[in-house]
Amino acid sequence: MREAVRIAVLLGGGALAVGLIAAVLDLPPPAVDLPEAVAAHMAQSGVEHPVTAVLLNFRGYDTLLEVAVLLLALLGVLTVVGNEAGTPGTAGAPDPVLQTLARLATPLMMLAAGYLLWAGAHRPGGAFQAGAILAAAAVLLNLAGVLPAWAVPRFWLRLGMAGGLLIFLAIAAGLLGQGALLRYPPEWAGTLILIIEAGLALSLGLILAGLFLLLGERGERR
Amino acid sequence: MTPGLIYALVGIVLFVLAAGGVILLTHPVRRILAFNLMGSGVFLVLVGLAQRDGQADPVPQAMVLTGIVVSVAATALALALARRLAAGDGDA
Repeated sequence: MREAVRIAVLLGGGALAVGLIAAVLDLPPPAVDLPEAVAAHMAQSGVEHPVTAVLLNFRGYDTLLEVAVLLLALLGVLTVVGNEAGTPGTAGAPDPVLQTLARLATPLMMLAAGYLLWAGAHRPGGAFQAGAILAAAAVLLNLAGVLPAWAVPRFWLRLGMAGGLLIFLAIAAGLLGQGALLRYPPEWAGTLILIIEAGLALSLGLILAGLFLLLGERGERR
Repeated sequence: MTPGLIYALVGIVLFVLAAGGVILLTHPVRRILAFNLMGSGVFLVLVGLAQRDGQADPVPQAMVLTGIVVSVAATALALALARRLAAGDGDA
């Protein structure tokens, strides 16, 4: 019976792959030239890198809702771990070499995150990459045994996690007079995008770190 | 056959392999990883297909960047649920 299911899935998967590949090879060229449209409006976007322009200007509401989804996932994780008794740490004695290296790497990672945030305006980089590095620094510190796992967050941590979305929402609300959601005045666009991105980088770092550290082994400091 | 098209085709293969994994694997963590891999396949198709004529398209790239972060969050939530399930205390 189990073997029959396996064979059926293999055959079905093979057929699906062949069908999808045939469909992709058969696709006509796109009817709308999006890169052209982006390039035509780059001058009004306030930034010089097209991906950042799409992410935070042309389709800013996608990013706004994405941060909301992240917060929602974090709330879900909090709900699941909230009433769980913390399991005591099982890691052995902290490794001094690992701890020293993690402590040395952290300031460099924060520097790299700041640079990526700034670079996002004109080259690959931006809030998401910066946030990911910040979160990676927190995870590294936790794995090295320097930073204990987080308990249920209190006010300031919650504010930090939600702050990026709140700043984004405040700017979106303040700009509603422009006639459309998140339509920045061109002369202010660069500054507003940098403010939003700075808030997002910090919040994303905290949220992504929280997704890991809230699930970590709580209890006594290792 | 441009590099972009090859990425898209590899993405399809990845998606189908991972979809098979979601159906066939029984351990929750493996299933979550397979589900995550399905998403990666979709991202590869989106980005690869958009630049199959050699010119990069920033719109799908921004969408995929959004999607990657969301999939990280969704995976974390799924792992939290799986851990709760493994703990097996049905007193919720």
